[in-house]
Amino acid sequence: MISLRNVTRTYGEGDAQVKALAGLNLDIELGQFVAIMGASGSGKSTAMNILGCLDTASSGTYSFNGVDITALTRDSRALLRRNYLGFVFQGFNLLARTTALENVELPLVYRGLSRSERHAKARLALEAVGLGDREEHRPGELSGGQQQRVAIARAIVSDPLILLADEPTGNLDSERSHDIMRLLRKLNRERGITVIMVTHEADMAEYADRIIRFADGKIAEDRQKVAA
Amino acid sequence: MLWESIKLALRSVRRNVLRSFLTLLGIVIGVAAVIALVTIGSGANQKISSDIAKLGSNMLMVRPGVQGPGPPGGSDARSFNERDIEALRSGVSDVRAIAPSSSKQANVVFDATSTDASITGADEAFFVAQDWSFIQGGAFNESDVRAASNVCVVGTTIVSTLLPNLEPIGQTIRVGEMPCTVVGVLGSKGQSAFGSDQDNLVVMPLRTFQRRIAGNTRIASIAVSANSPAAVKTAQDQITEVLRETRHIGENDPDDFSVRDLTQIAATMSSTTTIMTGLLGAVAAVSLLVGGIGIMNIMLVSVTERTREIGIRLAIGALASQVLTQFLVEAVVLCLLGGALGVALGLGLAGLASSLLDIPFAPDMKVLALAFGFSGLIGLVFGFFPARNAARLDPIEALRHE
Repeated sequence: MISLRNVTRTYGEGDAQVKALAGLNLDIELGQFVAIMGASGSGKSTAMNILGCLDTASSGTYSFNGVDITALTRDSRALLRRNYLGFVFQGFNLLARTTALENVELPLVYRGLSRSERHAKARLALEAVGLGDREEHRPGELSGGQQQRVAIARAIVSDPLILLADEPTGNLDSERSHDIMRLLRKLNRERGITVIMVTHEADMAEYADRIIRFADGKIAEDRQKVAA
Repeated sequence: MLWESIKLALRSVRRNVLRSFLTLLGIVIGVAAVIALVTIGSGANQKISSDIAKLGSNMLMVRPGVQGPGPPGGSDARSFNERDIEALRSGVSDVRAIAPSSSKQANVVFDATSTDASITGADEAFFVAQDWSFIQGGAFNESDVRAASNVCVVGTTIVSTLLPNLEPIGQTIRVGEMPCTVVGVLGSKGQSAFGSDQDNLVVMPLRTFQRRIAGNTRIASIAVSANSPAAVKTAQDQITEVLRETRHIGENDPDDFSVRDLTQIAATMSSTTTIMTGLLGAVAAVSLLVGGIGIMNIMLVSVTERTREIGIRLAIGALASQVLTQFLVEAVVLCLLGGALGVALGLGLAGLASSLLDIPFAPDMKVLALAFGFSGLIGLVFGFFPARNAARLDPIEALRHE
């Protein structure tokens, strides 16, 4: 379980100070599929950055499986991301001029795996997202939906506990968006990967077990769906 | 991890071949200049020392008048005579040979062919003092010298111009107005340090030369060969002392002759080339510095261009130190490539120069390794600031970067 307690995050100084999070309390059980919604400026992206250990809270605590990780150093947070977290972004964020396989094995390079181990794991991940036949393609040679699948393969290649997806369907048409959501739900169901997703599309949020709506740096609504 | 970084660096060099090459040009030129200058410089030094060695080992040159370096001059100076030589032979110890000689340019004729050559009058010590070897026959002997016989020893140039396809020993050539019989052929010494052909000479007994060629009894120079490098200095002092006495030079009067140490001249000439090499090397070092700044500039551009990539790497768990290493390795690889190109170019230039200037091609492995290593060091120094910038990026900001 991960939990945020009284988390605030402020940017800037003095009069120009902006409060992105104003005392956020949030618990997410491992294995859940959570959708976070809200208007822009509601603090949902800030919450994602803190949950993803890319940013730290200005005050409050963050505990991960019972361990307080509020005040970790930059390198410790990097190691946490490396070992437990996977990221999927709206803009895919693949390395251009690098093949799908090389993109997917990138996190394993930092884990110090050998070339053959990396290849084997990256191939499995690409197969899991249905792109087993595209490993030598570069991002420019793939459609948006396929690029996002490569990004998902990269996120799951190191078997993370939590997959954080920031508007994963924001750049895709409706059909591809539903494909991606089905893939995320499948990974959640079959592998037990916790998925935390930010989206502004209500029909995409419906794939989740739980929908949290943000307003003014706090949770405005927290709806748990009955398991399908 | 390091190997991954090197592969990544090579890939990014390949992606921007032209840009990488232009960036490297400063390093290439700097390294090439250092290598070329040092190699040519040490070749020139080797040439000078071997030229000096050809003149004879541990040699002192005694000449009338006070002279600077260069060929002898000043006919007004009081030349040496037999008495001076006798005094030197009895008063100077620890020497191999004391060889008086005089020379003059004269015409040498055989059959219908004639040539100008340096005619030297000397005794048999001359061949010892100047380290001449014989490829045929041998030196004239003491009785030839005393009797002023009409015999001579010739250099290889004389043989090839006047006596081609002939057995030179026993032939009679005409030197000036005098016929003389060839008794020996000297081994070749090639060109002197001043560019003259040392093999274009005829050596005859000193008295024969004085009577038949020069028409006087002057002795223009005395070559003294010490037994060891250590004995050179003592010999120099003894020669000065003995000559001042026989030539009746007053206590407060200056010497009217000079005793020059050829090894000293060689050292002076070498140190001149060494200073030149050093100065030009400093210019080359400036070029390396400029090259380093070029590297820093391009690495800063590269870091900015790849901000998003850095963001991705940081997000998926790269440590700041790993990003730092990646960009440092890239700068070092870039510089080492430049260093390798520079070494190749420098050796090429030095090879070309040494064949044009007729000096030995003397590449020094230590200098090559040093220049190559130094170019890597430049990468490390000038790559550090951009790499640190990359490592300090905030992953969230970096991911947003367009």
